[in-house]
Amino acid sequence: MGLSPRPETSRVTVDPQSQESWVTTRLDFLVNWGRANSLWPMPFGTACCAIEFMASAASKFDLARFGMERMSFSPRQADVLICAGRVPFKLAPVIRRIWQQMPQPKWCISMGACASSGGMFDNYAVVQGIDTIIPVDVYVPGCPPRPEGLMYGIMMLQEKVKKERMADTSLRNEMEPDPNSQLYISPRLIDELSEPFGNSINQTRSGL
Amino acid sequence: MSATFIPIVAGHAEGVDAAAPVTPKNVPHHGGPANPSAQALMEKFGSAVHRVDVVWGETTVIVERARVNEIVRWLHDEPSQQYDFCADVTAVEFRDLELPIEVVWHLRSLPYRRFLRLKALIPKGQPLAVPSVWDIHKSVDWMERECYDMFGITFTGHPDLRRILMWEQYKEGFPLRKDFPLRGRFSRSEQLRQALSQNPEAKYSMQELSIADAFEDLPRDMRQRLSAGEKVGE
Repeated sequence: MGLSPRPETSRVTVDPQSQESWVTTRLDFLVNWGRANSLWPMPFGTACCAIEFMASAASKFDLARFGMERMSFSPRQADVLICAGRVPFKLAPVIRRIWQQMPQPKWCISMGACASSGGMFDNYAVVQGIDTIIPVDVYVPGCPPRPEGLMYGIMMLQEKVKKERMADTSLRNEMEPDPNSQLYISPRLIDELSEPFGNSINQTRSGL
Repeated sequence: MSATFIPIVAGHAEGVDAAAPVTPKNVPHHGGPANPSAQALMEKFGSAVHRVDVVWGETTVIVERARVNEIVRWLHDEPSQQYDFCADVTAVEFRDLELPIEVVWHLRSLPYRRFLRLKALIPKGQPLAVPSVWDIHKSVDWMERECYDMFGITFTGHPDLRRILMWEQYKEGFPLRKDFPLRGRFSRSEQLRQALSQNPEAKYSMQELSIADAFEDLPRDMRQRLSAGEKVGE
């Protein structure tokens, strides 16, 4: 590093009688503790979930308690992409680009039914779950979720971050989309994920 | 300041002794007094005015398709009409495919406090084209683009008729048409593939950005991209 060693500080001594405080821990724990408690969110709000997200960030629910007081409106300085709201197909390359611009380590929370599965918008214009475009760590259900729900998701993400091992480098592997189709999972899997369910099966009026 | 600022006061053309507007009550579904502009249109354009309907107190004038621009121009310029605001341009297709597609203009006269709905019918088998009224009301620019995007109706005379809601390379057709399936024509993976292959930064035209003057100051790669045209991707 170009720094000359300083003999008087490079040696560690332990004097049990002194009043100096000592903690020994794993590096994993220390790094993950720091990461989990300073997640900077990149809000990607497109619909009513963003209103709940704003309420979560405001004074009553106060995301700052989780170390998230700084909304990062630049993906370059963000850790968590919070996708709040439905994503139309026209926005698919945009959210893909934002995800690719975020530096590792990065995580993604899919907030609400529309972002997670397309919700009630099972139509020609809406992506059926953003996990078909970018990898997602935590899904928060609800239409829209209450701020408590989002916070529960954030706490789940914090637990997930705290369980990571630095030895496992595959966690930080960047997603590689297929160069021809720009999809990162197989088309068959996307069709399967986007399969309609529940009442919406009966709502297609094609073949008029 | 060069020109004197004249505020537009709704209803000023009716004179100071005109009654203040009241919310109408017990409006019949069909019938009732028509907008006086409908009578004026019939006298002026004769056979180009096909029918006048009054539904829920609002007047609908069904006019000949080819003369829409001329009629809207007259309604805009005529001092006794002064329809100076076009609130909406849209279209209606019915589930009964034998019925014609209707193109609808919502016109409002602020000086006379009048509302008039113009309709032009496009019968089955005819080309989906109506004259644009962009040269009269600049407000219809994006509305006509949206109508083109959703229904595929060509507004002849529109300066920049491109898709506005769907991306420009959208291949599945016109989503609000009745023969369009709710989920689109392609599979989800194919829709996603086509959506991801668009380049979101290549969709700005020179007019939108107003950068034509600053063209020489742009970065070189952007200059190349813009001078080569915006059609990038699929």
